[in-house]
Amino acid sequence: MDFPDGLLYTKEHEWVKVENGKAKIGITDYAQHELGDIVFVEFPEVGSGVVAMEPFGVVESVKTVSDLYSPVSGEVVGVNSELEATPEVVNTSPYDKGWMVEVAMSDKNELKELFSADEYTKYVEEESQ
Amino acid sequence: MRYIPNTDKENKEILDSIGVKSVEGLFSSIPDSLRLKNPLSNIPHAMSEPEVLRHMKGMSKKNADLDSHISFLGAGAYNHFIPSVVHHIISRSEFYTAYTPYQPEISQGTLQAIYEFQTLICQLTGMEVANASMYDGASALAEAVLMAHRINGRKEVFLSRGIHPEYRQVVHTYCRYLGITLKEIPFSEKGIIDLEWLSKNISENTSAVAVQNPNFFGCVEDMADIEKLTHASDAIFIYCISEPISLGILKSPGDFGADIVVGEGQGLGNPVSFGGPYLGLFATREKYIRSMPGRLVGRTVDANGKTGYVLTLSTREQHIRREKATSNICSNQALCALSATVYMALMGKEGFKKLSILNLQKTNYAKELLSNIKGYKLKFKNPIFNEFVIETPVSPDEINKNLLKEGIMGGLNLEKFYPELKNCMLICVTENHRKEDIDRLWKLLKQY
Repeated sequence: MDFPDGLLYTKEHEWVKVENGKAKIGITDYAQHELGDIVFVEFPEVGSGVVAMEPFGVVESVKTVSDLYSPVSGEVVGVNSELEATPEVVNTSPYDKGWMVEVAMSDKNELKELFSADEYTKYVEEESQ
Repeated sequence: MRYIPNTDKENKEILDSIGVKSVEGLFSSIPDSLRLKNPLSNIPHAMSEPEVLRHMKGMSKKNADLDSHISFLGAGAYNHFIPSVVHHIISRSEFYTAYTPYQPEISQGTLQAIYEFQTLICQLTGMEVANASMYDGASALAEAVLMAHRINGRKEVFLSRGIHPEYRQVVHTYCRYLGITLKEIPFSEKGIIDLEWLSKNISENTSAVAVQNPNFFGCVEDMADIEKLTHASDAIFIYCISEPISLGILKSPGDFGADIVVGEGQGLGNPVSFGGPYLGLFATREKYIRSMPGRLVGRTVDANGKTGYVLTLSTREQHIRREKATSNICSNQALCALSATVYMALMGKEGFKKLSILNLQKTNYAKELLSNIKGYKLKFKNPIFNEFVIETPVSPDEINKNLLKEGIMGGLNLEKFYPELKNCMLICVTENHRKEDIDRLWKLLKQY
C-alpha cells in the first residue's frame, strides 16, 4: 500500500496536497482498494463552499458507494472532470491522475488536524486489524 | 382446532420462568370491565371444503363486475380487452411471482423480461431510460416530485388540478414533512390548465410542474405551451399519464420535452380488478439517471462474451446507500410489469395505434350522442381521448342507482373530487364497448 510522504491524510481516507494555498484532494490507495472498481465520482459545484469533514461528493464503485469528505474548509476552485469519462483512473493512479477536487482554503490551521503519512499508515494498520 | 404446538408442560415452564401462575394471569392488567366474558358467539361453525367454496362463490356473485355489468367508469382504471395469451404467459411457473428477484442474477429470464419492459416503456414514452416499475401511478408521481427536488433543490411544486385527485393526495402525503410546498394549478372553462395562472405564478423557485395528459376529465392538454413555460423557469417538467393507451395516438412525452414521465400502467394488459394491484411507470432522461428511484435492469456481456442481464446502478438504492438512497422502494411490480410487457409486444406498434383510434372513435360517438340529449350538456369543449364530462339534469348518483338496476355502471360523479362540478359525470368508453352498449346508455339517460 502506497502512502506518499508530503501528503496529509484524513480518517475518512482522503489525501490532501497543499500547493500555493490550495488543497488538492483525492482518496488514498487504501480507499480505492477497499472500494473496488470505481465507476462514478460525483463532484461539488465549482464555486461552492465546503466545510472541513463534511461530505462534499460521492465515490461510487461496483459494490458500494461512499461519501467524500472535505479535509479543509474553503471554496471549490476545480474538479477533475476527466474522471467523468474515466473514473477507473482513481484505481490506477489515486495520487496523481485520480485527484478529485481542488479547494481554496479559508483556514490553514485545519491542516494541523490531519495525519502525516506515518500517522496514516499506523491508522490504517489499526483499522484493518 | 388451535395450532399452538406448546405442551401443557412447556406452558407451565414458560409461566414459571416469568413468575406468572396461569395464562389468565398475563391479562390481569386489563380492567375487568373491558374483558370479554362470554366466548365469541357470532362466529359460525367450521365448514368443509365444498361448503367454503359454495359460500365464497355466493359472496362473489354479489359483486358487480365487468362480466355481469357494462361499465362506463374510467377515472384512472381502464377496461381494456386483455388477450388470453397475456394470462397464459404470466402464469408460467418460471415467471409467476409478484416480486422483484432478490438474488437477481440467477433469474435471467425475469431480468430479461424486466429489461424488455423498460425498453418498451422507453419506446412508448419517447424517453431514454425507464425503471423496472413502481407500485402505481400515484406513488410514481410522488417519486417524480421528490426526484425533481433532488435534481434542483427547489422547494415549490405545481400540480395540475387535472391530475387524478388520488394521485395528488398521495403526493401530499409523501411531501408532508419534507418542506416541499405543493400548489395546485386551476383548470380553465375548457377543462385544461389555466396557462395564464401558471405563467403568473411560476418562478425561479419552482422545482417542477406536473401535468396529467389526457387529464382527469379526459381532456388533452396543451403540453407544448406548458413545456415552454416550465423550461423557461428551468423547472423539471413532469408528464403524468393515467391512461397509457392514449400514447398510441398522442405525440410522445419525450417529443413534448418531458424530463420525467410517470403514469399508471394498468391499462396495459392488467385487469381493473377492484383497484389493484396496479403498475407504476417511471421514465426519464439519461442525464438524470442517478437521481432516479427504483430498480433498473441493464444488459451486458459476461466473461465469455455472452449476453447477460444484471441489476445496475444499484448504488442509488437503499440496500447500499441506506438513508441517502433515492427512494425507499426496493421492489417492483414484477408480475404486472410482465403483463404489460406481453401485452405491448402482442399489440405491436400498429396494433397499439389502431386500438387508440378505436377508443377515440367510440368515445366521440358516445360524446356526440349523449351531449345532444335534451337536458344534458358537454361540460368542457376541448379535444378528448376516451373520457369526457357531461352535465346531467339530475344528480349522477340518482342516475347511477337506476342504471345499476339495468346492469350498467354509469360514469363517475365528479362532485366527490371537485365540489364545484355539481351534476357532472365522467364517462369512459373503450374498445370493449359495443355500439349497442352506448345506445342503451343513451336510451336510459333520455328518461330524465
